[in-house]
Amino acid sequence: MAPAHTLWRRAALIQAIRAFFVDRGYLEVDTPVRVPAPAPELHIEAEPAGDWFLQTSPELCMKRLLAAGLPRIFQICKCFRRYERGRRHLPEFTMLEWYRLGCDYHALMTECEELFRFLAERLGLGGSIAVAGQEVVLAGPWERLTVAEAFRRYAACGVAEALGADRFDEVLVREIEPRLGRGRPTFLYDYPAELGALARLKPGDPTVAERFEIYIAGLELANGFSELTDPVEQRHRFVSDRAAMEASGREPGPMPEPFLAALADLESAAGIALGIDRLVMLMAGADTIDQVVPFTPESL
Amino acid sequence: MYSASDLRKGLKISIDKEPYIITDFEFSKPGKGQALYRCKLRNMITGNGFERTFRSNDKFEKAPLEERTMQFLYAQGDEFHFMDTQSYEQLGILRAMLAETTNFLIDNMEVEVLLFDGRPIGITPPTFVELTVTKADPWVKGDTSGTDTKPVTVETGYVLQVPPFIEEGEKIQIDTRSGEYVTRVKS
Repeated sequence: MAPAHTLWRRAALIQAIRAFFVDRGYLEVDTPVRVPAPAPELHIEAEPAGDWFLQTSPELCMKRLLAAGLPRIFQICKCFRRYERGRRHLPEFTMLEWYRLGCDYHALMTECEELFRFLAERLGLGGSIAVAGQEVVLAGPWERLTVAEAFRRYAACGVAEALGADRFDEVLVREIEPRLGRGRPTFLYDYPAELGALARLKPGDPTVAERFEIYIAGLELANGFSELTDPVEQRHRFVSDRAAMEASGREPGPMPEPFLAALADLESAAGIALGIDRLVMLMAGADTIDQVVPFTPESL
Repeated sequence: MYSASDLRKGLKISIDKEPYIITDFEFSKPGKGQALYRCKLRNMITGNGFERTFRSNDKFEKAPLEERTMQFLYAQGDEFHFMDTQSYEQLGILRAMLAETTNFLIDNMEVEVLLFDGRPIGITPPTFVELTVTKADPWVKGDTSGTDTKPVTVETGYVLQVPPFIEEGEKIQIDTRSGEYVTRVKS
């Protein structure tokens, strides 16, 4: 169990997140946790709940609200991903997601900087946080580093080579992630097109998706992107991901048809998912996710 | 069969017909990417270690390991002889396989013998053993040399550090996990 002072900090953080978004005119929503058709994603496995599934993310429901005309929405909720358990993973975890109409991923990055500065100030941490003995300065602009540049700078091989050898994730985890977000947070952005299943491709460069991740002291905190709003392209991607799931011996769930139908009404938007447990880890100086939750699955 | 999600520290698996124990384990998964299971493994026969990263679809054979309670009978040259306390079956294990556990073996001691595919690959002695001190320097009362321990030899030939008041012929309790002195045994 997390110590009482960590639970106090966790609660203060969640209250500060609410204050930030409410101040900016965001509407807090709570969409259903149990859904008939989660987004078919090759490397995320949904937990069955009766004939339906527990959500792996509220993304599809939130984008339907966005398409229905709510311009700024946020949600703090539980998400479930089977078999994800490690020092930084729990199969049930707490997520913050927010979506905004009429903005792209770079605007969202700027909003992330503002959110983190607000939270650090509210929690009395000042302009920087100390993580494992190193100081990470939140004030001032954060580093914005493309995936291609990160591979050039830190990895023994290039992006194309890593993708070709099916080693992209391995190289990222082993060679790149530990070097990110030192001194100041890093936005790693412009991912290879095939690694942004629900993200828009970059206008003028269809080889990359407008997707980014936030890293602080090597810890991955959030995944955001400019939303793909083309239902035909989105269906095509889902179909190929479901085929890949079947090829690897998994039964893909049903196609999320109501989401695909709503996408036709969605204008340009961006959205992001941020792991609250990991944010508490940073703010509370914890090395493992176990130290920031009231109970782990093993303790139940 | 195990799948990647069963991997954890302490799990014993079989690779190329050899038993391995996972000594260190880390699950990682970059945003929306593949799950990676980084493992440090140690060969349970040779003791050699290596590191490998496994993926979600990897499958593993269970190591065919079995533990049997056996009594230590005697040592002959480099071979140590044990008897199964249930079947009375006897078997010999070479000293090299027993490594430092020979420091704690005395006749008739019951130990857990680990077998891989029916082949002995190691033993676990009781956590605490009582051994007689066979060689110790006498305790000089009022010794102010500043050292608070001295080396003694026990009946198995094992040498360890003990408090200065321990005398030859006394029994002491030793923790076999650390090889360290625990307490004097009053006779």
